[in-house]
Amino acid sequence: MNPLSEFIRGITKDNPTFGLVLGLCPTLAVTTSMENGIGMALGTMFVLVGSNMMVSAMRKQIPAAVRLPIEIIVIATFVTIVDMVMEAYTPELYEKLGIFIPLIVVNCIVIGRAEAYALKHGVFYSIIDALGEGTGFLLVLMLIGGIREFLGTGIIDPFGVTLIDASGIITPAQYMTLSPGAFLTIAVLMTIVNYRRQQKAAKGG
Amino acid sequence: MVEKALSTILLEGVFVKNFLLIQFLGLCSFVGVTKDVKSASGMSGAVVFVMAMAASVSYALYNFVLVPLKLEFLKTIAFIVVIAALVQLVEFIVRKHVPALYRSLGIYLPLITTNCAVLGAVLINVNNDYNFSQSVVFGIAAGIGYTIAMILMAAIREKSNIVNVPKAVGRGVTYAFFVATVMAMAFVSFFGVIPLE
Repeated sequence: MNPLSEFIRGITKDNPTFGLVLGLCPTLAVTTSMENGIGMALGTMFVLVGSNMMVSAMRKQIPAAVRLPIEIIVIATFVTIVDMVMEAYTPELYEKLGIFIPLIVVNCIVIGRAEAYALKHGVFYSIIDALGEGTGFLLVLMLIGGIREFLGTGIIDPFGVTLIDASGIITPAQYMTLSPGAFLTIAVLMTIVNYRRQQKAAKGG
Repeated sequence: MVEKALSTILLEGVFVKNFLLIQFLGLCSFVGVTKDVKSASGMSGAVVFVMAMAASVSYALYNFVLVPLKLEFLKTIAFIVVIAALVQLVEFIVRKHVPALYRSLGIYLPLITTNCAVLGAVLINVNNDYNFSQSVVFGIAAGIGYTIAMILMAAIREKSNIVNVPKAVGRGVTYAFFVATVMAMAFVSFFGVIPLE
Protein backbone atom coordinates (compact mmCIF):
# COMPACT_ATOMS: atom_id res chain seq x y z
CA MET A 1 0.00 0.00 0.00
CA ASN A 2 1.62 3.27 -0.99
CA PRO A 3 0.23 6.78 -0.53
CA LEU A 4 0.13 7.64 -4.23
CA SER A 5 -1.93 4.62 -5.25
CA GLU A 6 -4.31 5.21 -2.33
CA PHE A 7 -4.75 8.79 -3.55
CA ILE A 8 -5.37 7.77 -7.17
CA ARG A 9 -7.82 5.05 -6.11
CA GLY A 10 -10.17 7.78 -4.85
CA ILE A 11 -10.21 9.41 -8.27
CA THR A 12 -10.57 6.31 -10.43
CA LYS A 13 -11.76 2.99 -9.00
CA ASP A 14 -13.44 4.30 -5.84
CA ASN A 15 -14.60 7.55 -7.37
CA PRO A 16 -17.44 8.84 -5.13
CA THR A 17 -19.94 9.33 -7.93
CA PHE A 18 -19.13 6.73 -10.57
CA GLY A 19 -17.44 4.07 -8.46
CA LEU A 20 -19.18 4.12 -5.11
CA VAL A 21 -22.35 5.93 -6.27
CA LEU A 22 -22.48 7.96 -3.06
CA GLY A 23 -23.37 11.57 -2.38
CA LEU A 24 -25.63 12.04 -5.35
CA CYS A 25 -27.76 14.86 -3.97
CA PRO A 26 -25.09 17.59 -3.96
CA THR A 27 -23.62 16.20 -7.18
CA LEU A 28 -26.82 17.07 -9.00
CA ALA A 29 -28.21 19.92 -6.99
CA VAL A 30 -25.36 22.42 -6.93
CA THR A 31 -23.85 21.77 -10.35
CA THR A 32 -25.78 24.44 -12.21
CA SER A 33 -22.39 26.02 -12.87
CA MET A 34 -18.74 25.05 -12.57
CA GLU A 35 -18.17 27.66 -9.87
CA ASN A 36 -20.82 26.19 -7.57
CA GLY A 37 -19.47 22.72 -8.16
CA ILE A 38 -15.94 23.75 -7.16
CA GLY A 39 -17.17 25.55 -4.04
CA MET A 40 -19.24 22.57 -2.94
CA ALA A 41 -16.45 20.08 -3.62
CA LEU A 42 -13.88 22.10 -1.66
CA GLY A 43 -16.26 22.34 1.29
CA THR A 44 -16.88 18.60 1.18
CA MET A 45 -13.17 17.88 0.86
CA PHE A 46 -12.40 19.89 3.99
CA VAL A 47 -15.06 18.00 5.93
CA LEU A 48 -13.81 14.67 4.56
CA VAL A 49 -10.21 15.33 5.58
CA GLY A 50 -11.22 16.61 8.99
CA SER A 51 -13.60 13.79 9.81
CA ASN A 52 -11.36 11.04 8.46
CA MET A 53 -8.46 12.43 10.50
CA MET A 54 -10.45 12.70 13.74
CA VAL A 55 -12.22 9.37 13.41
CA SER A 56 -9.01 7.57 12.56
CA ALA A 57 -7.18 9.19 15.47
CA MET A 58 -9.89 8.11 17.89
CA ARG A 59 -10.60 4.72 16.32
CA LYS A 60 -9.12 2.72 19.22
CA GLN A 61 -11.22 4.63 21.78
CA ILE A 62 -14.57 4.55 19.96
CA PRO A 63 -16.80 1.70 21.21
CA ALA A 64 -18.26 -0.19 18.25
CA ALA A 65 -21.84 0.17 19.47
CA VAL A 66 -21.91 3.96 19.40
CA ARG A 67 -19.54 4.63 16.52
CA LEU A 68 -22.21 6.04 14.20
CA PRO A 69 -23.41 8.80 16.56
CA ILE A 70 -19.79 9.71 17.28
CA GLU A 71 -18.95 9.88 13.59
CA ILE A 72 -21.99 12.03 12.91
CA ILE A 73 -21.08 14.47 15.67
CA VAL A 74 -17.48 14.74 14.42
CA ILE A 75 -18.75 15.37 10.89
CA ALA A 76 -21.38 17.87 12.01
CA THR A 77 -18.69 19.83 13.85
CA PHE A 78 -16.57 20.18 10.73
CA VAL A 79 -19.63 21.05 8.65
CA THR A 80 -20.49 23.83 11.07
CA ILE A 81 -16.95 25.19 10.64
CA VAL A 82 -17.29 25.16 6.84
CA ASP A 83 -20.75 26.69 7.10
CA MET A 84 -19.53 29.62 9.18
CA VAL A 85 -16.32 30.20 7.20
CA MET A 86 -18.15 30.23 3.87
CA GLU A 87 -20.86 32.52 5.19
CA ALA A 88 -18.20 34.96 6.35
CA TYR A 89 -15.76 34.93 3.43
CA THR A 90 -17.70 33.86 0.33
CA PRO A 91 -21.23 35.13 0.99
CA GLU A 92 -22.31 34.99 -2.68
CA LEU A 93 -21.31 31.36 -3.09
CA TYR A 94 -22.85 30.55 0.27
CA GLU A 95 -26.11 32.08 -0.91
CA LYS A 96 -26.13 29.91 -4.04
CA LEU A 97 -25.23 26.63 -2.36
CA GLY A 98 -27.91 27.29 0.24
CA ILE A 99 -28.92 24.38 2.42
CA PHE A 100 -26.51 22.01 0.70
CA ILE A 101 -23.65 23.22 2.90
CA PRO A 102 -25.29 22.06 6.16
CA LEU A 103 -26.44 18.97 4.27
CA ILE A 104 -22.82 17.81 3.90
CA VAL A 105 -23.55 16.22 7.31
CA VAL A 106 -25.69 13.57 5.68
CA ASN A 107 -23.56 13.25 2.56
CA CYS A 108 -23.00 9.53 2.33
CA ILE A 109 -19.42 9.96 1.06
CA VAL A 110 -18.24 11.51 4.29
CA ILE A 111 -19.81 8.98 6.64
CA GLY A 112 -19.08 6.18 4.19
CA ARG A 113 -15.34 6.90 4.21
CA ALA A 114 -15.27 7.33 7.99
CA GLU A 115 -16.99 3.97 8.37
CA ALA A 116 -15.25 2.03 5.62
CA TYR A 117 -11.75 3.47 5.79
CA ALA A 118 -10.89 5.71 8.73
CA LEU A 119 -12.02 3.16 11.33
CA LYS A 120 -9.55 0.62 9.98
CA HIS A 121 -6.51 2.65 8.94
CA GLY A 122 -4.00 5.03 10.47
CA VAL A 123 -4.23 8.81 10.44
CA PHE A 124 -1.82 9.36 7.54
CA TYR A 125 -3.54 6.97 5.16
CA SER A 126 -6.97 8.22 6.22
CA ILE A 127 -5.97 11.75 5.23
CA ILE A 128 -4.62 10.52 1.90
CA ASP A 129 -7.83 8.60 1.30
CA ALA A 130 -9.90 11.69 2.12
CA LEU A 131 -7.82 13.83 -0.23
CA GLY A 132 -8.20 11.25 -3.01
CA GLU A 133 -11.95 10.94 -2.58
CA GLY A 134 -12.25 14.71 -2.30
CA THR A 135 -10.30 15.23 -5.50
CA GLY A 136 -12.41 12.62 -7.28
CA PHE A 137 -15.53 14.43 -6.11
CA LEU A 138 -14.09 17.79 -7.21
CA LEU A 139 -13.32 16.51 -10.71
CA VAL A 140 -16.81 15.02 -11.15
CA LEU A 141 -18.50 18.19 -9.92
CA MET A 142 -16.36 20.33 -12.21
CA LEU A 143 -17.19 18.09 -15.15
CA ILE A 144 -20.94 18.00 -14.54
CA GLY A 145 -21.03 21.70 -13.65
CA GLY A 146 -19.02 22.55 -16.75
CA ILE A 147 -21.25 20.53 -19.08
CA ARG A 148 -24.44 21.99 -17.65
CA GLU A 149 -23.14 25.55 -17.59
CA PHE A 150 -21.86 25.28 -21.14
CA LEU A 151 -25.02 23.80 -22.62
CA GLY A 152 -27.30 25.88 -20.45
CA THR A 153 -25.73 29.31 -20.83
CA GLY A 154 -23.03 28.95 -23.49
CA ILE A 155 -20.36 30.47 -21.25
CA ILE A 156 -18.13 28.83 -18.64
CA ASP A 157 -16.80 31.49 -16.31
CA PRO A 158 -15.93 30.17 -12.86
CA PHE A 159 -14.94 32.95 -10.44
CA GLY A 160 -15.04 35.61 -13.14
CA VAL A 161 -12.46 33.89 -15.38
CA THR A 162 -14.01 33.16 -18.76
CA LEU A 163 -12.78 29.75 -19.91
CA ILE A 164 -15.04 29.23 -22.91
CA ASP A 165 -17.39 31.73 -24.49
CA ALA A 166 -19.61 30.23 -27.16
CA SER A 167 -22.73 32.22 -26.40
CA GLY A 168 -22.91 33.48 -29.98
CA ILE A 169 -22.36 30.06 -31.52
CA ILE A 170 -24.70 27.74 -29.65
CA THR A 171 -28.23 28.44 -28.53
CA PRO A 172 -28.33 27.95 -24.76
CA ALA A 173 -30.76 25.28 -23.63
CA GLN A 174 -32.07 26.54 -20.31
CA TYR A 175 -33.32 23.04 -19.53
CA MET A 176 -29.76 21.98 -18.80
CA THR A 177 -29.52 24.26 -15.76
CA LEU A 178 -32.88 23.02 -14.47
CA SER A 179 -33.36 19.65 -12.83
CA PRO A 180 -33.93 17.47 -15.94
CA GLY A 181 -30.55 18.61 -17.27
CA ALA A 182 -28.86 17.36 -14.14
CA PHE A 183 -30.44 13.92 -14.38
CA LEU A 184 -29.70 13.70 -18.09
CA THR A 185 -26.04 14.71 -17.68
CA ILE A 186 -25.32 12.16 -14.97
CA ALA A 187 -27.25 9.43 -16.80
CA VAL A 188 -25.23 9.95 -19.96
CA LEU A 189 -21.92 10.16 -18.07
CA MET A 190 -22.71 6.97 -16.17
CA THR A 191 -23.57 5.19 -19.39
CA ILE A 192 -20.20 6.18 -20.83
CA VAL A 193 -18.37 4.99 -17.70
CA ASN A 194 -20.29 1.69 -17.70
CA TYR A 195 -19.54 1.18 -21.37
CA ARG A 196 -15.81 1.72 -20.83
CA ARG A 197 -15.83 -0.65 -17.84
CA GLN A 198 -17.62 -3.37 -19.76
CA GLN A 199 -15.20 -3.03 -22.67
CA LYS A 200 -12.27 -3.28 -20.28
CA ALA A 201 -13.79 -6.30 -18.55
CA ALA A 202 -14.44 -7.98 -21.89
CA LYS A 203 -10.81 -7.45 -22.92
CA GLY A 204 -9.46 -8.65 -19.57
CA GLY A 205 -11.73 -11.66 -19.30
CA MET B 1 -42.05 38.41 4.04
CA VAL B 2 -45.71 37.83 3.24
CA GLU B 3 -47.34 35.15 5.32
CA LYS B 4 -47.86 32.12 3.10
CA ALA B 5 -51.17 30.30 3.16
CA LEU B 6 -50.97 26.68 4.31
CA SER B 7 -52.48 25.49 1.03
CA THR B 8 -49.72 27.29 -0.89
CA ILE B 9 -47.08 25.61 1.24
CA LEU B 10 -48.73 22.26 0.68
CA LEU B 11 -48.85 22.58 -3.11
CA GLU B 12 -45.34 23.98 -3.18
CA GLY B 13 -43.96 21.12 -1.14
CA VAL B 14 -45.68 18.43 -3.15
CA PHE B 15 -45.23 19.65 -6.72
CA VAL B 16 -43.42 22.92 -7.38
CA LYS B 17 -40.53 22.21 -5.05
CA ASN B 18 -40.75 18.43 -5.19
CA PHE B 19 -37.94 17.13 -3.02
CA LEU B 20 -36.68 14.38 -5.27
CA LEU B 21 -37.14 15.77 -8.74
CA ILE B 22 -36.64 19.51 -8.31
CA GLN B 23 -34.53 19.97 -5.19
CA PHE B 24 -32.49 16.75 -5.39
CA LEU B 25 -32.90 15.80 -1.76
CA GLY B 26 -32.91 12.12 -0.87
CA LEU B 27 -31.65 10.80 -4.18
CA CYS B 28 -29.87 7.81 -2.65
CA SER B 29 -33.17 6.21 -1.74
CA PHE B 30 -34.73 7.42 -5.00
CA VAL B 31 -32.39 5.29 -7.09
CA GLY B 32 -31.70 2.66 -4.42
CA VAL B 33 -35.09 1.59 -3.09
CA THR B 34 -37.29 1.94 -6.18
CA LYS B 35 -36.78 -1.49 -7.75
CA ASP B 36 -40.35 -2.45 -6.80
CA VAL B 37 -43.44 -0.58 -5.63
CA LYS B 38 -43.68 -2.45 -2.34
CA SER B 39 -40.37 -1.33 -0.90
CA ALA B 40 -40.77 2.15 -2.39
CA SER B 41 -44.06 2.63 -0.57
CA GLY B 42 -42.59 1.23 2.65
CA MET B 43 -39.72 3.69 2.51
CA SER B 44 -42.06 6.57 1.65
CA GLY B 45 -44.35 5.78 4.55
CA ALA B 46 -41.45 5.85 6.95
CA VAL B 47 -40.19 9.15 5.50
CA VAL B 48 -43.56 10.93 5.73
CA PHE B 49 -43.86 9.82 9.34
CA VAL B 50 -40.38 10.89 10.40
CA MET B 51 -40.53 14.15 8.42
CA ALA B 52 -43.74 15.30 10.12
CA MET B 53 -42.33 14.36 13.54
CA ALA B 54 -38.97 15.97 12.84
CA ALA B 55 -40.61 19.18 11.62
CA SER B 56 -42.56 19.64 14.84
CA VAL B 57 -39.80 18.57 17.24
CA SER B 58 -37.13 20.64 15.55
CA TYR B 59 -39.42 23.68 15.53
CA ALA B 60 -39.75 23.45 19.29
CA LEU B 61 -36.04 22.78 19.76
CA TYR B 62 -34.96 25.70 17.58
CA ASN B 63 -37.37 28.32 18.88
CA PHE B 64 -37.53 27.39 22.54
CA VAL B 65 -33.99 26.18 23.18
CA LEU B 66 -31.46 27.31 20.57
CA VAL B 67 -32.76 30.83 19.93
CA PRO B 68 -33.12 31.88 23.60
CA LEU B 69 -29.63 30.53 24.33
CA LYS B 70 -28.20 32.23 21.20
CA LEU B 71 -26.91 28.89 19.96
CA GLU B 72 -28.38 29.11 16.44
CA PHE B 73 -25.04 28.12 14.94
CA LEU B 74 -25.41 24.69 16.51
CA LYS B 75 -28.56 23.97 14.51
CA THR B 76 -27.01 21.48 12.11
CA ILE B 77 -25.61 19.36 14.95
CA ALA B 78 -28.76 19.68 17.04
CA PHE B 79 -31.07 18.69 14.19
CA ILE B 80 -29.09 15.67 13.10
CA VAL B 81 -29.00 14.38 16.66
CA VAL B 82 -32.75 14.97 17.00
CA ILE B 83 -33.47 13.14 13.78
CA ALA B 84 -31.27 10.21 14.75
CA ALA B 85 -32.92 9.98 18.15
CA LEU B 86 -36.36 10.32 16.62
CA VAL B 87 -35.73 7.53 14.16
CA GLN B 88 -34.63 5.25 17.00
CA LEU B 89 -37.69 6.18 19.02
CA VAL B 90 -40.05 5.59 16.12
CA GLU B 91 -38.38 2.25 15.54
CA PHE B 92 -38.91 1.17 19.17
CA ILE B 93 -42.54 2.29 19.25
CA VAL B 94 -43.47 0.75 15.95
CA ARG B 95 -41.74 -2.53 16.83
CA LYS B 96 -43.54 -2.74 20.18
CA HIS B 97 -47.03 -1.70 19.18
CA VAL B 98 -47.48 -2.27 15.45
CA PRO B 99 -45.37 -5.32 14.61
CA ALA B 100 -47.01 -5.72 11.21
CA LEU B 101 -45.97 -2.20 10.20
CA TYR B 102 -42.53 -2.82 11.66
CA ARG B 103 -42.02 -5.84 9.44
CA SER B 104 -42.81 -3.79 6.35
CA LEU B 105 -40.98 -0.56 7.34
CA GLY B 106 -38.33 -2.14 9.56
CA ILE B 107 -35.24 -2.09 7.41
CA TYR B 108 -35.97 1.35 5.99
CA LEU B 109 -36.18 3.19 9.28
CA PRO B 110 -32.45 3.28 10.08
CA LEU B 111 -31.75 4.45 6.52
CA ILE B 112 -33.74 7.60 7.13
CA THR B 113 -31.20 9.10 9.53
CA THR B 114 -28.81 9.70 6.68
CA ASN B 115 -31.56 10.60 4.22
CA CYS B 116 -30.90 14.23 3.39
CA ALA B 117 -34.59 14.82 2.65
CA VAL B 118 -35.50 14.87 6.34
CA LEU B 119 -32.69 17.18 7.42
CA GLY B 120 -33.35 19.26 4.29
CA ALA B 121 -37.01 19.76 5.18
CA VAL B 122 -36.11 20.80 8.70
CA LEU B 123 -33.47 23.27 7.52
CA ILE B 124 -35.81 24.78 4.91
CA ASN B 125 -38.38 25.33 7.64
CA VAL B 126 -35.87 27.21 9.76
CA ASN B 127 -34.44 29.22 6.86
CA ASN B 128 -37.92 30.36 5.82
CA ASP B 129 -38.95 31.29 9.38
CA TYR B 130 -42.06 29.15 9.14
CA ASN B 131 -44.29 29.12 12.21
CA PHE B 132 -45.35 25.88 13.86
CA SER B 133 -48.30 24.96 11.65
CA GLN B 134 -46.44 26.00 8.50
CA SER B 135 -43.47 23.84 9.51
CA VAL B 136 -45.61 20.78 10.10
CA VAL B 137 -47.57 21.29 6.87
CA PHE B 138 -44.34 21.71 4.92
CA GLY B 139 -42.95 18.55 6.50
CA ILE B 140 -46.01 16.56 5.49
CA ALA B 141 -46.14 18.14 2.03
CA ALA B 142 -42.50 17.32 1.38
CA GLY B 143 -43.22 13.77 2.49
CA ILE B 144 -46.18 13.46 0.13
CA GLY B 145 -44.14 14.86 -2.76
CA TYR B 146 -41.42 12.35 -1.95
CA THR B 147 -43.98 9.52 -1.89
CA ILE B 148 -45.46 10.50 -5.25
CA ALA B 149 -42.09 10.59 -6.95
CA MET B 150 -40.92 7.34 -5.32
CA ILE B 151 -44.02 5.37 -6.26
CA LEU B 152 -44.13 6.75 -9.82
CA MET B 153 -40.49 5.83 -10.26
CA ALA B 154 -40.93 2.34 -8.81
CA ALA B 155 -44.00 1.72 -10.94
CA ILE B 156 -42.21 2.80 -14.10
CA ARG B 157 -39.23 0.60 -13.28
CA GLU B 158 -41.46 -2.38 -12.51
CA LYS B 159 -43.52 -2.01 -15.66
CA SER B 160 -40.53 -1.49 -17.90
CA ASN B 161 -38.74 -4.56 -16.60
CA ILE B 162 -39.09 -6.42 -19.88
CA VAL B 163 -38.06 -3.49 -22.09
CA ASN B 164 -34.81 -3.94 -23.96
CA VAL B 165 -32.11 -1.51 -22.83
CA PRO B 166 -28.48 -1.22 -23.96
CA LYS B 167 -26.09 -3.21 -21.80
CA ALA B 168 -24.17 -0.09 -20.79
CA VAL B 169 -27.36 1.39 -19.32
CA GLY B 170 -28.46 -1.78 -17.56
CA ARG B 171 -31.18 -1.98 -14.94
CA GLY B 172 -29.56 -0.13 -12.08
CA VAL B 173 -28.75 3.44 -11.17
CA THR B 174 -28.07 4.62 -14.73
CA TYR B 175 -31.46 3.45 -15.94
CA ALA B 176 -33.11 5.13 -12.96
CA PHE B 177 -31.47 8.43 -13.89
CA PHE B 178 -32.78 8.25 -17.45
CA VAL B 179 -36.29 7.65 -16.11
CA ALA B 180 -35.79 10.51 -13.64
CA THR B 181 -34.88 12.86 -16.51
CA VAL B 182 -38.26 12.35 -18.11
CA MET B 183 -40.07 12.60 -14.79
CA ALA B 184 -38.23 15.82 -13.91
CA MET B 185 -39.26 17.33 -17.25
CA ALA B 186 -42.87 16.78 -16.27
CA PHE B 187 -42.38 18.25 -12.83
CA VAL B 188 -40.55 21.34 -14.14
CA SER B 189 -43.82 22.21 -15.87
CA PHE B 190 -45.32 22.85 -12.45
CA PHE B 191 -43.17 26.00 -12.22
CA GLY B 192 -45.39 29.01 -12.48
CA VAL B 193 -48.45 27.26 -11.10
CA ILE B 194 -47.64 29.13 -7.92
CA PRO B 195 -45.65 32.36 -8.20
CA LEU B 196 -42.43 31.63 -6.32
CA GLU B 197 -41.66 34.08 -3.50
